[in-house]
Amino acid sequence: MGSGTSTQHHFAFQNAEKAFKAAVLIQRWYRRYMARLEMRRHCTWSIFQSIEYAGQQDQVKLHNFFSYLVDHFTPNNHNERDFLNRMFTEERSPQDSEMESCRDYESIEVPDSYTGPRLSFPLLPDHATALVEAFRVKQRLHARYVLNLLYEARKHLVQLPNINRVSTCYSEEITVCGDLHGQLDDLIFIFYKNGLPSPERAYVFNGDFVDRGKDSVEILMVLFAFMLVYPKEFHLNRGNHEDHMVNLRYGFTKEVMHKYKTHGKKILKLLQDVFCWLPLATLVDEKVLILHGGVSDMTDLEFLAKLDRHKIVSTMRCKTRKEDKKQAEEKGKANQTSSAGTPSPWFLPQSHSLPTLPLCPSTQKAHRAGRSSSVPCRVPLDPKELSHWVRHSVDLELERCRQQAGFPELKEKEEPLPLASEADPEAEGRREPTQEEWSQVVDILWSDPMAQEGCKANTIRGGGCYFGPNVTERLLQKYNLQFLIRSHECKPEGYEFCHSRKVLTIFSASNYYEVGSNRGAYVKLGPALTPHIVQFQANKATHTLTMRQRISRVGESALRALREKLFAHSSDLLVEFKKHDKDKTALLSSQLYHNQETQ
Amino acid sequence: MADDRDREGAEIAVAEFHKKIKEAFEVFDHESNNTVDVREIGTIIRSLGCCPSEGELHDLIAEVEEEEPTGYIRFEKFLPVMTEVLLERRYRPIPEDTLHRAFEVLDPAKRGFLSKEELIKYMTEEGEPFSQEEMEEMLSAAIDPESNSIHYKDYITMMVIDEN
Repeated sequence: MGSGTSTQHHFAFQNAEKAFKAAVLIQRWYRRYMARLEMRRHCTWSIFQSIEYAGQQDQVKLHNFFSYLVDHFTPNNHNERDFLNRMFTEERSPQDSEMESCRDYESIEVPDSYTGPRLSFPLLPDHATALVEAFRVKQRLHARYVLNLLYEARKHLVQLPNINRVSTCYSEEITVCGDLHGQLDDLIFIFYKNGLPSPERAYVFNGDFVDRGKDSVEILMVLFAFMLVYPKEFHLNRGNHEDHMVNLRYGFTKEVMHKYKTHGKKILKLLQDVFCWLPLATLVDEKVLILHGGVSDMTDLEFLAKLDRHKIVSTMRCKTRKEDKKQAEEKGKANQTSSAGTPSPWFLPQSHSLPTLPLCPSTQKAHRAGRSSSVPCRVPLDPKELSHWVRHSVDLELERCRQQAGFPELKEKEEPLPLASEADPEAEGRREPTQEEWSQVVDILWSDPMAQEGCKANTIRGGGCYFGPNVTERLLQKYNLQFLIRSHECKPEGYEFCHSRKVLTIFSASNYYEVGSNRGAYVKLGPALTPHIVQFQANKATHTLTMRQRISRVGESALRALREKLFAHSSDLLVEFKKHDKDKTALLSSQLYHNQETQ
Repeated sequence: MADDRDREGAEIAVAEFHKKIKEAFEVFDHESNNTVDVREIGTIIRSLGCCPSEGELHDLIAEVEEEEPTGYIRFEKFLPVMTEVLLERRYRPIPEDTLHRAFEVLDPAKRGFLSKEELIKYMTEEGEPFSQEEMEEMLSAAIDPESNSIHYKDYITMMVIDEN
């Protein structure tokens, strides 16, 4: 009857409502769970990135410090200063006679017992492919062939311009890859997935082939081999890690010495030279500019095209040719108006990289990526005054020490200020870059894009700058370009567009921080140069892990790394805490956050 | 006396909340200008311990959005609203046994599990439906590949342990 069916309906309705509510509950709960994972992933990423950049910053700071010491605490005369310079820098590029000595790889014997790949020159495509295969099965290339290959690579690179111009009319497609950092698996995967290089398949590798990963040597061998086999279709750009000083810290030097105990030093010496012959950028069809780091508001492509890139041995230490006084003064004025001039050394009072500054109230937020606001009230101190002040206080101290040690008082002349007239202009000019040349190259290799307009010093990395969308726009317009491809920064998806898709970051080292931390990617430029991204993750294990497991693994790894850092700096930290300095790096706030999360 | 202590307690709580809210907000403040993309607000709110439904989330967003929505939420608007939410202990997380009972509603025969198809049907057709991505992600962790079903009691236990 009526009441019967209505109760049935009522039941049915109630059940449906209950099911609905139950579903909402489950979904609500699940979404919250995922949100917490997402938050952890972000914090983990911040931790890894901060540690990575802090390490780079350390190195740059140390080098700046030593450079400064050498430049300003100059002893009485020429000879002593030169001696100090030689002590601190080994980076003079090899003279021609030294280059000849590298040719004596021919005298290196390869034993019959050697089962690895053997190379003969000129290289053929099959040799390059065989090399990839040999490395895939973990063979090692004999030092003789390494040196031979490097020697040939250098011969080729010397002929290339600073900005390599490439046209897609010859090859059908062009693939651009980012940082590899010694991760051979990723390179092999790219060749497997995208195909080996060929006259129809052009490649551009955008720097940072070495350091951190364990197969930097093998990657270089493969890249140079293909470069020799397909010189018109295979292109390499220099990255900030193609630098023997950076290699000292980030593992490549160690890898070479470990794999090549007898001939390692020779290999490193030759590599040092090969690196500075790498082109600085690649330009595709006059429309797409590919370079490793980025640009600055001072970037001048014509200037970059003309300089002698070989003189920039390392972006770490800038032993530059002293410009004559007039040029320096003009430069000084220009730098005052430009917001991206080289930051004054961190250990000087007016530098804005110091955490606490009584002068400037608006500085410093404890922040991920440390986008410290530029210091509006910073007044560039006159270098002469500073030099005097520093020298005076050092002299006083030295005098005190001498007296203590019982030395007779020395009659010291007032040393003339560093001017071009002092140095031997010819000798230095041949070997050293100017400040302008050096900073233009540093900008190309070290800069990062930022979301805000403008251009400011990249204090997190310690070199280059942060460039905003207006800087990109201006550069693209000035040189009539379509967009910029760069690498240098690890991205969770292996790539990232910014500046209204005018800048593409491409990063090809998957699982860079830890298994599961990020995908790698490469970009193919099709007709009309439209970018087409391909992602990958070269580790079978990661595919089977759920996001939850991936994040917790990466999270644990990040915390471990952070714990080690904190432990190493625990005494410093105590001092900082005592000072109640809230403006500590984002490292701490992330970790505190994570602690709260897990409580 | 008691009043003073209460007030002091509340002040301390508010200060604590402000700190937490600020830290969570900053994680997504990519441009360091005290704004976050509105699409990240859900993550931020949930990471602060709240468990709102999608509908409740939309209401919250409406409260913190600009009059003319810009796609960004400013910290100045977010902070007071979020502090209120935390003080009132709104959108509390769901206790384990409630969750279990919810699953049981969907499993009236009390078998102890839901088939993969049933789970998909409920999660994508009922309540506040999952996106394809959400569904796949949940399945990857929840489904026992041998039986192609989700044993929800074990699943809940595993997720809860994982959280802690």
